[in-house]
Amino acid sequence: MIDILNILLTDSFWAASLRIATPLIFGVLGALICERSGTLNLGIEGIFVVGAMCGWMATWLGAGLWGGILVAFLCGAFFGLIHALLTVPLGLSQHVSGLGITLFATSVSYFTYRTALPDVSSPPRIEPFQPLDIPILSDLPFIGLVLFQQTALTWLALIMVLLVWYVLNRTNLGLAIKAVGDNPNSVDAQGLSVYAIRMWAIVVGSALMALGGAFLTMSAFDAFFFGMVNGRGWVCIALVIFASWRPGKALIGALLFGAFDALQVRLQTEMGAVVPGQVFLMAPYVLSIAALVIAARSADYPRALLTPWYKGQR
Amino acid sequence: MEASTVLKLNGLAKRFGSILANDDITIHLQKGEVLALLGENGAGKTTLMNMLFGHYLPDSGNIEIKSVNGELVPLELGNPSAALAAGIGMVHQHFTLAENITAFENITLGAESLFSLRRNQRKAEKKINNIMSNSGLEAPLDIPVGRLSVGERQRVEILKALYRDAHILVLDEPTAVLTPQEADALFSNLRRMTNHGLSVIFITHKMREVLAFSDRLVVLRHGKNVGSMETSNATEKKIARLMVGSETQKVSPKRITPGGPILSLNDISVAGRSKRDSLQNISLTLKSHEILGIAGISGNGQNVLADLISGLALPDKGSILLKGVAIQNINPLNMIKLGFGRIPEDRHRQGIVGGLSVSENMVIERLDDPLIQNFGFLRSSVINDNAQTLSEKYDVRGPGIDQASRLLSGGNIQKLILARVFEQQPEIILANQPTRGLDMGAASDVQRHLIEARDRGGGVILISEDLDEILGLADRIVVMRDGNLHDVNSSSREAIGLMMAGESV
Repeated sequence: MIDILNILLTDSFWAASLRIATPLIFGVLGALICERSGTLNLGIEGIFVVGAMCGWMATWLGAGLWGGILVAFLCGAFFGLIHALLTVPLGLSQHVSGLGITLFATSVSYFTYRTALPDVSSPPRIEPFQPLDIPILSDLPFIGLVLFQQTALTWLALIMVLLVWYVLNRTNLGLAIKAVGDNPNSVDAQGLSVYAIRMWAIVVGSALMALGGAFLTMSAFDAFFFGMVNGRGWVCIALVIFASWRPGKALIGALLFGAFDALQVRLQTEMGAVVPGQVFLMAPYVLSIAALVIAARSADYPRALLTPWYKGQR
Repeated sequence: MEASTVLKLNGLAKRFGSILANDDITIHLQKGEVLALLGENGAGKTTLMNMLFGHYLPDSGNIEIKSVNGELVPLELGNPSAALAAGIGMVHQHFTLAENITAFENITLGAESLFSLRRNQRKAEKKINNIMSNSGLEAPLDIPVGRLSVGERQRVEILKALYRDAHILVLDEPTAVLTPQEADALFSNLRRMTNHGLSVIFITHKMREVLAFSDRLVVLRHGKNVGSMETSNATEKKIARLMVGSETQKVSPKRITPGGPILSLNDISVAGRSKRDSLQNISLTLKSHEILGIAGISGNGQNVLADLISGLALPDKGSILLKGVAIQNINPLNMIKLGFGRIPEDRHRQGIVGGLSVSENMVIERLDDPLIQNFGFLRSSVINDNAQTLSEKYDVRGPGIDQASRLLSGGNIQKLILARVFEQQPEIILANQPTRGLDMGAASDVQRHLIEARDRGGGVILISEDLDEILGLADRIVVMRDGNLHDVNSSSREAIGLMMAGESV
């Protein structure tokens, strides 16, 4: 018990929590935008892989770090567009299309990587995003390390939370997204295009998901590995429910998961001799499920989630 | 005359597959006029209005609408935005409101650019308040629509249209979900707005409203405009003849003296998940030779009551007595065996098994009858003969008795259920909204069977939202509200309407 308390009081623990939460913040915001407009995007896991691979490879090929981020963003948007076309105007099963996108996107990423680098045994490295070094602020005790020595992508994620919150709650666009996920006929009857709003939501949401993947190869690590996404996309799908489709709660959910993960790594090193390491590895997922069970009971689903809408039918 | 015409539908036609839903329909609408559009189900009323609003593209014909400078200009077809911009507002039967945002947000949605960085609330608020005070339509603006009552939601729908400067308002079955008092208030508000120059088309099949509130009426039958007249010249009989093409006999049973009690519910409570599916200490007695009418706005516990009598719901407290003996095993099969016949509200989902054939559905409530099966093997020749006979007797029409029952029309599905239920000569019949959505012919068939069952000595519990149906058929009326039953002393529609709305008489 004392061990856990000691860990919770260190600034490095909180810095790690925020770092681990960053890709989840991107992913959960992306999934939230899609679902608020009425479409489940199970392509998220594959889009993470695409983002991780494309962002890293573009940088490795000389596009620069921000160029890599842009490439990841566009690649995510492209796979989002496929999902959008299949599920919105064609109205196909969102589950089937989403899982298909995940399988397809993952395989294409691995294939591209292998084709581009057939002979390497150790993956080539790039120079990743460095922690920001802000004069004075970065030297503050505790929060200096937790907040002001993160990389630019973590800051981008936090800004995205604010931006998505503002758009959803303060703009007409946000109103339309919320309305189209509740009752598409309400949007149609006001002369707005249900298809356009839903498709744009999926495209932009998917692009954000890809940034989550890009964070992994361009900030957390400096290279691309097979299997490095490791279920983070699925965690985001669960976190959206935990967050009841609200950006603020999504941030809290992602931080919570990040904290569990940071904690288990530290407990492993401290108690690994007594308890098998797998127990700790499992812990964040078990705790997420527990949190989800509690939160999902009162979850207020977007009413039109999973329901395709066809023009001219009512 | 010509100068005040605000809308012309010229020869509109629309075909869906082999069905000609609208056949060369021409209608003119005058400024400040309330036009009632009447017709049976499937007569093409909704199709016509959906073409007007741009949801459907007509196969031929065109629409002209009065523009700002007073001239009639052609309307771009198949485009809801164009219809909105031209000043057509439509209030659908199923509301087009998002429930997770407020009434204010629903009203302003889409009126401003989606890409402005903030919303201009003050100006919009002022405009809405203006409209509310001019029209008399009041609704709370700043709570999510999901928490508004049905009447309030309908007012929000109308406000939404008026906010977009609609000068032609189309209402599809506006009173289907309202109490008689709410309906009267709605029409008096509409009248107030037509005095300000609004023109209204309302779709309905309630004769009373047409006669009381419209200036002119148009009747559609089989997709054709079969007649229009000034309401002052119209009578119920004339309209009915136009609607069905021949005179129908209005079912009006002879009163007979009821016999002894056959079914009693004693002090029954059911705690449902929400208030709308709970019952609180209700007691009720049904006699033989009696039709007991249960009036009320839907969602006041009628469905739990129906489930209870069908054996689908168990009472938490209280007992059900059949001829003085408490029923022990309350489950659907046992209730059927005890002589209960059930005509469920949702005939497509609860009344039939859509994937099974018509003949199978006709025997589905007595599959263990040795006439139907031998050691678990169904006797298909008996089942088919039975279906053949019953189809003729009850006039069930469809693609064939061996075809899936979901292919039947709503009226024929109801006749199938009638055949199945009434052939067993049940002593107690539960009819939950038995004529909802049926055309006049099918509806009067259903009503005739209910009366026959009563005359034979059965007891009928008739749950209906249609007050005219209850007043016409029932020997005794109770009102259901908030999971309670209230006895009715007067048989005036006003008194019953007030009780339905929850006001003490």
